[in-house]
Amino acid sequence: MVQLTINNIKVNAEEGMTILDAAKTVGIKVPTLCHLKDLFPSGACRICSVEVKEHRGLTPACAFPIYEGMVVETNSPRVRVARKTIVELLIENHPQDCLICVRNKNCELQDLSETYGVREHRYVGEKKEHAIDISSASMERDPAKCILCGRCVRVCHEVQKIGAIDFTGRGFTSTVTTPYNKGLNVSDCILCGQCILVCPTAALREKSTLKEVASALNNKNKFVVVQVAPAVRATLGEEYNMPLGTDVTGQLVTGLRRLGFKKVFDTNFAADLTIMEEATELISRINNGGILPMFTSCCPGWVKFIEQENPELLGHVSSCKSPHEMEGAVLKTYYAKKMGIDPKDIFVVSIMPCTVKKFESNRAELSEESLHDVDAVLTTRELVRFFKIAGIEFSELPNDQFDNPLGESTGAAAIFGTSGGVMEAALRTAYYKMTGSNLASVDFEAVRGANSLKEATVNINGLDINIAVVNGIGGVKPLLEQIQNGVSKYHFIEVMACPGGCINGGGQPIHQKAEKIQKRMRALYQIDANTKMRNSHENESVKILYKEFLGEPNSHKAHEILHTHYTDRKKILNS
Amino acid sequence: MPIVEGQLSKANKVHTEIFKNYETKDKSALIPLLQDIQGIYNYLPENALKDISVFVDMPLSRVYGVATFYNQFRLSPLGENVIKVCRGTACHVKNSANILIAIENELNIEAGQTTRDKKFTIEVVNCIGACSIAPVILVNDDYYGRLAVKDIPKIIKTYSKKTVKKETGKTPEVGAA
Repeated sequence: MVQLTINNIKVNAEEGMTILDAAKTVGIKVPTLCHLKDLFPSGACRICSVEVKEHRGLTPACAFPIYEGMVVETNSPRVRVARKTIVELLIENHPQDCLICVRNKNCELQDLSETYGVREHRYVGEKKEHAIDISSASMERDPAKCILCGRCVRVCHEVQKIGAIDFTGRGFTSTVTTPYNKGLNVSDCILCGQCILVCPTAALREKSTLKEVASALNNKNKFVVVQVAPAVRATLGEEYNMPLGTDVTGQLVTGLRRLGFKKVFDTNFAADLTIMEEATELISRINNGGILPMFTSCCPGWVKFIEQENPELLGHVSSCKSPHEMEGAVLKTYYAKKMGIDPKDIFVVSIMPCTVKKFESNRAELSEESLHDVDAVLTTRELVRFFKIAGIEFSELPNDQFDNPLGESTGAAAIFGTSGGVMEAALRTAYYKMTGSNLASVDFEAVRGANSLKEATVNINGLDINIAVVNGIGGVKPLLEQIQNGVSKYHFIEVMACPGGCINGGGQPIHQKAEKIQKRMRALYQIDANTKMRNSHENESVKILYKEFLGEPNSHKAHEILHTHYTDRKKILNS
Repeated sequence: MPIVEGQLSKANKVHTEIFKNYETKDKSALIPLLQDIQGIYNYLPENALKDISVFVDMPLSRVYGVATFYNQFRLSPLGENVIKVCRGTACHVKNSANILIAIENELNIEAGQTTRDKKFTIEVVNCIGACSIAPVILVNDDYYGRLAVKDIPKIIKTYSKKTVKKETGKTPEVGAA
């Protein structure tokens, strides 16, 4: 332990801590901008400047380790002036358009301006000007709003290990951008949106499809239905000041009905369907000497990654569409027929925790008779804006239930929203399909949690099945290299591009609260634990769907409607 | 992962020749590699940056970021005539800012750029050691000192008429990074 003094308070803190962390232990808040928890400090923005006795200049609290007898002042006049000046200089090179900004009231620069009481423009000078990059289907990049904190760059390089954007140029002309300042659509970006989650301003944001959805809802000829991803119900409450990990499923359904959607369905239904298809595909690959290991295909960010980076390994990816695309496909075929609605008139909206899903829903492969399976994707954040415009007081809403038949789901589907969940759900059903009986205990602790790689060996009917769960796209490269070198021991690998899975997706509420991943994860596991049926193959509506329409998993019809193929994007990007 | 032939660009033979002098995945080789490549082409072509990014195993964005950070690197080819405008202290005092603007206006490009007909490139340098004749510019190897804005059109006209034979394989020195 190290003893030091912060603002005349005696503090005992662990050796190796930074001033920032030590101050936090005694309830002293030091502001940060460029700092990202768990990553190596960059110390670039200087907003965390504090005074340390015997140090000549100010010291960055986020990067400086504490030492015995250190005397720190975090609230001296000199510190306050320095911080305020930093904020003022940042603001003067930033568009003054808070009133019409998508991050109004959820902006760290705005918060700092308020905290340090900036009340006038003291600096006047040239401002940077940049075009907005709207080239991608999922995200917008607005470099004029960028304050160069570098958080997006570090998440992209150090966490996701993609490196689509970086600092370019220097001095006044430095910009965070893609190589040659090209559009995100032709960059290495997989559109996961992790950069949006860490951006303090609106320099990075989703591309909104609210207008399209609103106009579809106003179109009398359209039968507009909505589906909700498993991860959204565990996070939406945060936008209404509910504790992290509050399950708001019931209110969510009511809210969506009040927005005017004709039917409110659950993507969890299609998650169960996905498991039926994917588990069957896995077993057939194992039994028939197919390409192994097999990768999951639920995460469109991961799919885009392998299409761009290692298209030669696309044969390893399951051909299953992702759950919301399956739901859309079933809606426009089976459901349309059953209800006597022309599929052309059905407009499917997906509420997703994800930015890549917007890109995915535009893929030409994902359509039935030239109709997109899903017509529009809204992120969790866009849904909150929609509720706001519609005057829906979310916290006051009563509970309601999803419509059927595409609303029934099991506990296995609920956990699709977290890293390891798809694997766990698939194992439950694969076990049943190979042995004819359900697992005694369906909880696979080995694939849960926040580790970046989770491994296990599961013995089913005397066959050892080696599985791996990649939690965050940054950890996938070693596994791909193993396959390239022919030394992969795995049969089945789940990959989710976002650390933590969809609960921490790029479309989720933006805040930097610690423990958000763990608590959101817990919420989904709780839903699973509270559900009576916890195996996908027990879903009655799914059984009926197979009986009435698809035949059996991986049947010809199922392949037509529920499976897809992939594109070599490396070729496209390099041409 | 070893470098697979297919991952490199069409110009890979030239590049692999250079790569032989470096260790694969050695990130510290980035800047020397950029210098070597620029030594060949006089600038850094896009496919060369891509090849370097594969060789040192760094994202293209980072390679591009480094290439744009240092003044010594150039991303577009040089024109036949390189005009170096001194913006050092002595020249600044003697109104070199307006000299630069006059040249930019005359050629309709900005500092660092090359004209569409590839005749001229403007470069800003920090001092060319000729302070006694400030403000000074250097066109190829010719010094023009004690300049006034009105002298610029005439100087440019002389060079736009004649075609200068370009020396290849030599990297013109640019202001230090």
